[in-house]
Amino acid sequence: MARRLMEGSEAIAEAMVAVDCRFFAGYPMTPFTEILERMAEFLPPVGGVCMNAESELEAIGMAWGAAATGARAATGSTGQGLALMQESISEMCTARIPLVVINMGRGQGDYFQATRGGGHGDYRTPVLAPSTVAEAVELVPLAFDLADRWRNPVLIYGDYYLGHTSQAVEVQSKDHASTGRAVADKPWALDGSTGGSGRAKLLSSLGEAKQRDGVGYDLAEHLERAGAATLEMGAGIEPFCDVGHCDDADLVVVAFGTIGRFVRWVVKELRSEGHRVGYVRPITLFPFPTEAVVEAAAGARSVAVYENNLGQMIDDVRLSVLGSCPVEFIGGLSMDSSGFGVGPEIDAPKIRARILAELERVEAR
Amino acid sequence: MDTELVGQRVVLRTDRRPDDATLVDDFTPELVDVGAHHLCPGCGEPIAIRSAVECIAELGAVERTISVFGIGCYTAFSNNLDIEVLQALHGRAPSLATGVKRMRPDALVLTVQGDGDMVNEGLQEVLHAAARGENITCVLLNNGVFGETGGHITSTTVLGQRTKNTLDGRDAERDGYPILIGDLIASMGGTAYAARGAVNDAGNVARTRRMLAAAFATQERGEGFSFVEILTMCPTGWFIETQESPDYLADVIAGTHQIGVLKGGDVPKGDR
Ligand SMILES: Cc1ncc(C[n+]2csc(CCOP(=O)(O)OP(=O)(O)O)c2C)c(N)n1
Ligand code: SF4
Ligand SMILES: [Mg+2]
Repeated sequence: MARRLMEGSEAIAEAMVAVDCRFFAGYPMTPFTEILERMAEFLPPVGGVCMNAESELEAIGMAWGAAATGARAATGSTGQGLALMQESISEMCTARIPLVVINMGRGQGDYFQATRGGGHGDYRTPVLAPSTVAEAVELVPLAFDLADRWRNPVLIYGDYYLGHTSQAVEVQSKDHASTGRAVADKPWALDGSTGGSGRAKLLSSLGEAKQRDGVGYDLAEHLERAGAATLEMGAGIEPFCDVGHCDDADLVVVAFGTIGRFVRWVVKELRSEGHRVGYVRPITLFPFPTEAVVEAAAGARSVAVYENNLGQMIDDVRLSVLGSCPVEFIGGLSMDSSGFGVGPEIDAPKIRARILAELERVEAR
Repeated sequence: MDTELVGQRVVLRTDRRPDDATLVDDFTPELVDVGAHHLCPGCGEPIAIRSAVECIAELGAVERTISVFGIGCYTAFSNNLDIEVLQALHGRAPSLATGVKRMRPDALVLTVQGDGDMVNEGLQEVLHAAARGENITCVLLNNGVFGETGGHITSTTVLGQRTKNTLDGRDAERDGYPILIGDLIASMGGTAYAARGAVNDAGNVARTRRMLAAAFATQERGEGFSFVEILTMCPTGWFIETQESPDYLADVIAGTHQIGVLKGGDVPKGDR
């Protein structure tokens, strides 16, 4: 595989098509728009379908229908669009339908939306947060595999920087016919062929049992089963993260996505100058890499959390260390005039200054 | 007293429970799993659903049909059919059906939705599907109420129609006007076939079945969006005696939502 200079959106789209994503539907919104544009370009030549949905409600509905036939399907959006999709995301968890959702946020203010969701019922969605284009390209196949394995929607949570940064990356070729692998492993997928067999398939958030079994929809039973599958998924997915310089660190800085990339760079620089500082960059936001955070914080005097928002992931960090160590927020919302999450504070010297100030405060204690 | 007089009509009180169901017959139609369904006695929806699945059988498309169900009383049939079913959220069946059809162009794809589902919650979905000329068939079971929630006003409730929250009848000034969804869809470029039938008597059931057959044939020929609106009785939501509901449908509902082929097909004599 040759390395090519590609913009994040293009690389993500190409990586999706390369792993047999054959249906995409979306509605334009910055910084998600370019992914839709690229999918519209890439899918038809390989026999796939990309729909310019009339709303985000319809975009996820179309992807839901496509996924129900066993195809690898995806949709995506940004903040408000994701908000509109919440009812479908949660219902698809209960109906146990795989889907990949590319959530290109503005800043990091949608951490709660991504990891908790605003839908209904006891559901969870795995969330993968790449910090570079190269990492996004690696996480795309994993997102589809997790979605298929657990029959559940999976989110990839990026931002403006991820979508619009160009990087030399290796992407598997997308120009091949679908291997059919994705559909073969889905005995539940609909193709109409079981009609008239006495056991026609039913794919429903209300239950799988038919009235002919003398049961019909029994939500008590179905929600219990769907709930058990959700718990099994949460326990079955190995959380992972990028950890650096945490041995003997006085201060451990936790950050994800684009900010995590800045923090890693700053921490390396501070280390080379002899400062006792380390970092943890969660890559799976759900399930959260709790053990790695605990381990990194074990020898530290304090943990700092840097996010481009008012402090959301910090809840997960606090739930991880459970009071064994102080956890301080050193981030903050940094916006541009368009509200795309591209603010003046997202700058290595400024992030360095905040980390250094926190380190001095901790060491002075 | 279980009844009261509203205008010329004796209606049931809204706080009265419907009569206990008495099993008249345990006949089970083809492609329906269990004949003894959970809907009210006198409900028109089972007749409409039976008509649709019988048309699918006649077409020989049973082994390649995928239906997408909305949320309403008819959802009781989404786990009671021997054709494949994808259950949608309230209002969202047309977008799901779009995704299904795009990935399985050889399947016969239909939605089954009520007026609350299609014309209230999901109006944009069906209009966009029609405008796109999406090659699917949307079937609307129109009873002018949210039957499932207890008979509340919907966007198709006709003027003067009694519902749980318009007990004195829908009043244009207070409640606005009904949407004539079949006519609206017929006016759209992507619609190849649109018709409005009813299940209040044997003649209309037969006519409705012809409309369903024409709609499915339209899809099979790949001509674009097809639509069949079926007026169905809801004695419970209309708060009238079960045996009165077919006449109420003819007199009150069909006076506004007029029965006939609205676009495409071979418009039979006597139909518009
Ligand atoms: C988003 C959402 N809002 C409200 C409901 C509650 N609800 C269930 S069925 C229904 C009305 C169904 O009306 P219709 O589609 O006309 O079907 P009918 O019961 O009349 O057959 C409503 C409002 C819901 N399920 N989902
Ligand atoms: S409430 Fe109306 S629509 Fe619902 S089952 Fe009863 S009669 Fe049918
Ligand atoms: Mg209704």
